[in-house]
Amino acid sequence: MNSLFRSRKWSYSFRTIVFIYFIGLIIIPIIGIYTQSFSTGIASFIDNLSDPLAWKAVLLTLKLAAIATLINIGIGTMIGWVLVRYDFPGKSIINSVIDLPFALPTAVAGFIILLLVGPSSLFYEWFGIDVVFHEPAIVLAMVFVTFPFVIRGLQPLLEELDQSEEEAAYTLGSSKSRTFFQIIFPTMLPGILSGAMLAFSRAIAEFGAVVLISGNIPGKTLVASVYIFGEIESNNPQGAAAVSVLLLTISFLILWFIHKLNRGGQA
Amino acid sequence: MMRRLWITLTYVVVTLLLFVPLYKIFTGAWADGVSGFFDALLRTQSLHALKMTGLIVVIVTVINTLFGVMLSIYLVRATWLSPLVKRLSNSIVDLPFAVSPVIGGLMIVLLLGPNTVLGTLLGNVGVSIVYALPGMVLATLFVTFPIMVREVMPVLQEIGDQQEQAASTLGAYSWYTFWKVTWPNIRFAVMYGVVLTVARSLGEFGAVLVVSGNIINKTQTATTLVYQDVENFNVVAANGIALVLAAFSIMLLLLMEWTKKRKEVH
Amino acid sequence: MHIEVKNLNKEFGSFHAVQDVSFEIEKGKLIGFLGPSGGGKTSILRMLAGLETPTSGDIYFHGKRVNDLPPQERGIGFVFQNYALFKHMTVFDNIAFGLKVKKQNKAFIKERVQYLVELTGLKGFEHRYPHQLSGGQRQRVAFARALAPEPQLLLLDEPFAAIDAKIRTELRTWLKDMISELGITSIFVTHDQEEAIEVADEIMIISKGKLEQKGTPWEIYKNPQTPFVASFIGESSLIEHIQCFKGYEDVSKSDGIKALIRPEYVEVGKPGEIVLASATMDAAVKHLHFRGSEWMVELEVDGQKLITYRSLEKEVLHPGEKVKVLLHRAYLFNDDKSWILENPLKVEPLPIYI
Repeated sequence: MNSLFRSRKWSYSFRTIVFIYFIGLIIIPIIGIYTQSFSTGIASFIDNLSDPLAWKAVLLTLKLAAIATLINIGIGTMIGWVLVRYDFPGKSIINSVIDLPFALPTAVAGFIILLLVGPSSLFYEWFGIDVVFHEPAIVLAMVFVTFPFVIRGLQPLLEELDQSEEEAAYTLGSSKSRTFFQIIFPTMLPGILSGAMLAFSRAIAEFGAVVLISGNIPGKTLVASVYIFGEIESNNPQGAAAVSVLLLTISFLILWFIHKLNRGGQA
Repeated sequence: MMRRLWITLTYVVVTLLLFVPLYKIFTGAWADGVSGFFDALLRTQSLHALKMTGLIVVIVTVINTLFGVMLSIYLVRATWLSPLVKRLSNSIVDLPFAVSPVIGGLMIVLLLGPNTVLGTLLGNVGVSIVYALPGMVLATLFVTFPIMVREVMPVLQEIGDQQEQAASTLGAYSWYTFWKVTWPNIRFAVMYGVVLTVARSLGEFGAVLVVSGNIINKTQTATTLVYQDVENFNVVAANGIALVLAAFSIMLLLLMEWTKKRKEVH
Repeated sequence: MHIEVKNLNKEFGSFHAVQDVSFEIEKGKLIGFLGPSGGGKTSILRMLAGLETPTSGDIYFHGKRVNDLPPQERGIGFVFQNYALFKHMTVFDNIAFGLKVKKQNKAFIKERVQYLVELTGLKGFEHRYPHQLSGGQRQRVAFARALAPEPQLLLLDEPFAAIDAKIRTELRTWLKDMISELGITSIFVTHDQEEAIEVADEIMIISKGKLEQKGTPWEIYKNPQTPFVASFIGESSLIEHIQCFKGYEDVSKSDGIKALIRPEYVEVGKPGEIVLASATMDAAVKHLHFRGSEWMVELEVDGQKLITYRSLEKEVLHPGEKVKVLLHRAYLFNDDKSWILENPLKVEPLPIYI
């Protein structure tokens, strides 16, 4: 076995296959969509984007994702803090359950929201609030799906924080709140930020959970990903591609920011 | 005192957001009784959809584990790649995470659909990609690609290559060194990656919906069947499938947490 | 000639780590690569192992050119600074690794590993894992593992750098004895001159990528060929104007000559203590440092600093005290040449303080 794989040819062919796979699977499709969206010319690209349904969908997506991210920053920071700094019964169960949105299919998540706050649910009976087929439902779906990001982003940083740093601050006369804001918070911040950016990026891309509960009302509850889906179904791949390109570029920019943030933290 | 407040709030949020949904899904499936649940599950389209999902999960996990581990090794250890290429590739690996699944599906349709050059070429040979299993596998491969790489690369970087160098001075070549020295070190990271990949492929929806055309009994998966059932107001049936999926997800979650702990031990 | 290296060069981009190094090593010798950190010693070692490829130059083992051979085929044993033990294998499996690769039969492997385990004093630890061992024990496993496949050349990269000082001296002696018992050609890298002097048969001083000198520890100490070597071994004081010193007034002023003076060749005493009074000159004691087994004395002569040692048996000196100083020998050098000049005023043979 040893000598069989020792030959140069094997290692060269492994390398080529892996890289063909890598390039063919990731790079080519992404380039493909950029070229396809411009395939009928820049003018039609702009046309596609200026369709009011299109840019309204994009704006709605960005707005709702921002709200969901803010909510997640708030809740996530609190939960992350509680999980790292305190001990209480059920802590490890909660810590494990946090990852549930990563394990659950998004369509199932959407379905559950439908069951919980939809027209035939207890919630609706008790509160009478229309959540489903309205913006709150979308925000709810986005919050659920991106729930773990901020928490998992700040946990390692908070765990790494050396207790002696805090103790040093106390011996130098710093109050608890001052220590928090000047020593602890800055340590958590990169984790919260990168978690938030990941959450935002994921939220604008979310499809499965949203499509089941938003009602997809154009101009009202139609998000970008569902709009793209609609365009594909209506046989308008160029229109779909144009908005896709917009969404992709935003996502890639965010990804680039995150890389920079992490690089800065390691320098 | 503040402490109690935060802990309680945490409990409240987690219960509302995570525990209650789980509970609801488990009870909703029995709304028409046990027979209703099994009826929904044993429909031909249900069985077919579950089979499709199973197939895709297995194929995608095997392929992406293999290629993911190899690419990780190349990106961390290979001396025949320039640092620039490595950095660039490293950034590219993350891209699928930033791509909305629908867009992922769109890309495949645009490149390999029946109206494209490649699509017709392959169609003439009798191979259809879009609206068939290969396309669905491809879409899922794209979406789950970064998972394994992201798990294995940090481990390889952290343990360093000294052990592998030592093995080379003792006469071991690449294959032997990989199995005896590298693999034991990355074992649990790979396991964790496998669980994550399975969970993600199981739950893939948007990309598969676009690429498969959601043709009942032909290219439907469990998740797209749930979607279809909801659209057809067949809530109990949808609930049944969703329950099966949720049950798998919980098992996967448990596996996830178990392997997560093991991979951090060393 | 067992190992021959000709015109070895290694460049990392614009950094010239190893510059035109050539040397020969006889079979069975224990050689130390000594020099400051970053000087290129480890690069040379790794090129001998095949873990790095030279930019240019040739390496020969027993007359055969090995540049193109991978580490697997060079018949070397390598001991890493951080041991690089296989974390997931027991001591036994670590040591047996090189033998299993060669597909030796089980009985042979068991015998050989047992032999090495006893040789390295690790009996009873065969089934422990690396994280259950102390630093010294891990190092010994690393040795045993490297020796198992009977290599023709043993290479050690700063083997004792990560070990406590007390264990270090024990391990050093143990290593030297073991290597001489096995008769295996060995090269080790260190930046600790005491270690090199104590362990090696021959030392190669390597600094800034160049081989400064190769020779036995005594040769290097007695006849340093370059100012760097002279200042590297021992603790010399650098003197700009040697002419201020009694006995050295005739040294030429115009050739840019400087001097290095070892503390061993500086004799200090209260007026009347030194026998050869006529060769002494005045000096002032600037500082005294107690060193556990002797005093370190900092002297000032005509504005220039000298260091020497004084036995605890003699009368204690005090800072500011006026004393007498006798220079026995100075190492003189300028850009072109270097030589040792005994103090011409000495007419009687003197015991040399080391």
